[in-house]
Amino acid sequence: MPGKLSIEFPSPDNLRLVLSGDWLLAGSRPRAGDIEQQLGTHAGSRSISFDGSGILQWDTGLLTFLAGVYRLAGRRNISIDPAGLPEGARRMMALAKAVPPREGADKHGNEAPLLQRVGEFALAMWQAAPEMLRFLGEIILSLGRLVRGKAQFRRSDLMLLIQDVGPHSLPIIALISFLVGIIVAYMGAVQLAQFGAQIYIANLVGLGMTREMGALMTAVIMAGRTGAAFAAQLGTMQVNEEIDAFRTLGFNPIDFLVLPRLLALVLIMPALVLYSDIVGITGGMFVAVTAFDISTFEYYQQTVRSMEWTHIWGGVFKGTVYAILIAFAGCLRGIQCGRSAQAVGEATTSAVVTSILFIVIAGAVLTILYQQLGI
Amino acid sequence: MAAQQATDPDAHIVVQDLTMAYGDFVIQHDLNFTIRRGEIFIVMGGSGCGKTTLLHHLIGLKQPARGRVLFDGISYWESGPEVQQRIKRSFGMSFQSGALWSSLTLAENVALPLDEYTDLGAAEIAEVVSLKLALVGLAGFEEFYPAEISGGMHKRAALARAMALDPEILFFDEPSAGLDPISSRRLDDLIMQLRDSLGTTIVVVTHELASIFSIGNNSVYLDPEARTITASGDPRMLRDTSTNPGVRYFLNRGET
Repeated sequence: MPGKLSIEFPSPDNLRLVLSGDWLLAGSRPRAGDIEQQLGTHAGSRSISFDGSGILQWDTGLLTFLAGVYRLAGRRNISIDPAGLPEGARRMMALAKAVPPREGADKHGNEAPLLQRVGEFALAMWQAAPEMLRFLGEIILSLGRLVRGKAQFRRSDLMLLIQDVGPHSLPIIALISFLVGIIVAYMGAVQLAQFGAQIYIANLVGLGMTREMGALMTAVIMAGRTGAAFAAQLGTMQVNEEIDAFRTLGFNPIDFLVLPRLLALVLIMPALVLYSDIVGITGGMFVAVTAFDISTFEYYQQTVRSMEWTHIWGGVFKGTVYAILIAFAGCLRGIQCGRSAQAVGEATTSAVVTSILFIVIAGAVLTILYQQLGI
Repeated sequence: MAAQQATDPDAHIVVQDLTMAYGDFVIQHDLNFTIRRGEIFIVMGGSGCGKTTLLHHLIGLKQPARGRVLFDGISYWESGPEVQQRIKRSFGMSFQSGALWSSLTLAENVALPLDEYTDLGAAEIAEVVSLKLALVGLAGFEEFYPAEISGGMHKRAALARAMALDPEILFFDEPSAGLDPISSRRLDDLIMQLRDSLGTTIVVVTHELASIFSIGNNSVYLDPEARTITASGDPRMLRDTSTNPGVRYFLNRGET
C-alpha cells in the first residue's frame, strides 16, 4: 500500500500533514515539494504538525520526506511539531538535526575560470622543477655518503632489489628483444633482398640492437616493470606513514629507500642491455636462417665482422643513463605521493610517464651526441 | 542446544558449530550462539583471538571450515548466489579503518550502493545521501574526499555508507579503535540510537571495555587459549558474576 498524504487545517495558522500507508524508499510516496503549493495558498500557516498514526511501515523514504518538510519549513520560518510522528522517526530526525551542517560545503562545487586554471597549472609545473632538483640534490648527497661509507641502508635490501630487478625481469626482456630482433630483420630484409644483399641483415640487426634498440627496449620494460613498482611501493609506504617512521628514527629515507633502488637498477642495467642485445641478434638470426636462406655460421661471421666494441659500449652507456632516469622518476613520484589509494595510483602512472619522457629525451640527446663525436 | 536456538522466534542470526581455520590452523572451533533481532551483540576477546575473522565469517567474506551461519533460518553458505546476494543486501558493515573508497567523495561513497541496488533517481539519491550524512553528524561534508576528513569522521562516514540501504543488521569492526574517548562515546550513542529508532540488529566486534558495558546487551567471549566461546551473556553480568577466570580477568582489565 503506497504512502499517502493529506493536508488538514485544524486552525488558521496550523497545517497538519496526515500520513498513511507504507513510506518505503522502494515504493511510491508523496514528495515534500507537494506541500509547497498548499503552503502558498495558506500563507498564514505558522506551524506544521503531523498525524502519523496511519503509517504502516517506514524507512528512509519517510525520513527523506520529513527532511524535505523541515527544509521547506526552515525557509519559510515555520515551526514544526514532530509529536505526531512515529517514535523512531522522531528520534532519527532529532539526530539528523543535532549537528548543524557545515558552512561552505560547496568547496568543490564552483570551478575556477579557465584562465585561472591554466595559470595555476603553469605555476604548479614551475614549482615542480625545484622540487625535482632538490630530490636530485638529496640523491647526490646520499651518493656522497655512500662513497664515504656513511650511507645507512641494509645490504640485504640491495640484494633483494637486485634479484627483483635482474633475474626476475629476464623472461619479459627475452620475449620483447627476440620479437624486436625479428621485426628489425624482416623490415630490412625485404629491402636488402631486392639487391641480393640479404647477408647485411646481420649488420642491420647487430647495429640496431646494440646501438639503440637493446637499451631502449630494456629501458621501456624496466620503466613499466620496475619504475612503476618503485613508485607504488614507496607511495604505499608514504600512505602507511612508514617513511615518516624512518625520518623519526633518524634514518634518511633517501639513503634507506632510494639509494638501494638506484644502485640496484644501475648495477644490473648494463647486464640486461647486453642480454637484450644477444637475444635480439638471435631473433634476427632466426629470421635470416629460416626465411632468407643464410646459414647460421654466415650470419654469425657477418655479425662479428660488423660489430665494434664502441657500438656495444655506446648502447650499454645509454642503458645506464636510462636506468638512472627510471630509478629517479620512480622514487621521486613515490616519495611525493599523497596519502590515499588514489594518490598511489597517480604516483605510479606519473612515474611511468615521467620515465618514458626522460628516456626519449635522453635517447635523442645521446644519439645526436654520438653522431657528433663519431662514436 | 542447536535445535533449541533455531526455534527461538526472535533469532536473527544463528551460528551453529562454526569452526574457523586458515588451512590446518584452527582459530576458533565449535562456536554456537544466537543473535536476536534488535539486540546489540558484542563479540569480545583479546587481540588475535579471531574476532575479526568471526565477523568476516558472519558477513560472508570467509567460508567456514565447518558449521553453519543462518540468517532468519536460512543457511548462508548452503544457499545459491542469488539468495546470498539477497542476504548480503540486508546488512551493512563498518570496517575497522572505515574502508571508504578514496577516489570518491563522501556523497559518492554513500550513493554507490543506492545507485547500484535501488531504482531511485539522482535527485532522490542525493536526498537520501544528505540525510544519511546528517544522521552521522556530517551534514555539509558531501563533497569532501576521505583524505580530507579526520579519523573520527571516517568512521562516521563509513557508518553512513553502511546504513545506505536501510540494513536490518549492522556490523561494526572495532568502532572505537583510534578514536578519542568523546568521539568514541558519540559513536556508541549513535549506535544505540539506530537500534532504538530503527530496530536494527547490531553486531559489534570490540575489546573496548567502556563500549562493551555501555552498549552491549548480549555477548560472546572468544578465549584465545581454549579457542572457543568460554562465556556468553550480558557483559555487565559476566563482569560481576562469571565464574570463568579468563572472562573476569578480561572484563576487569586484568584486575581480579
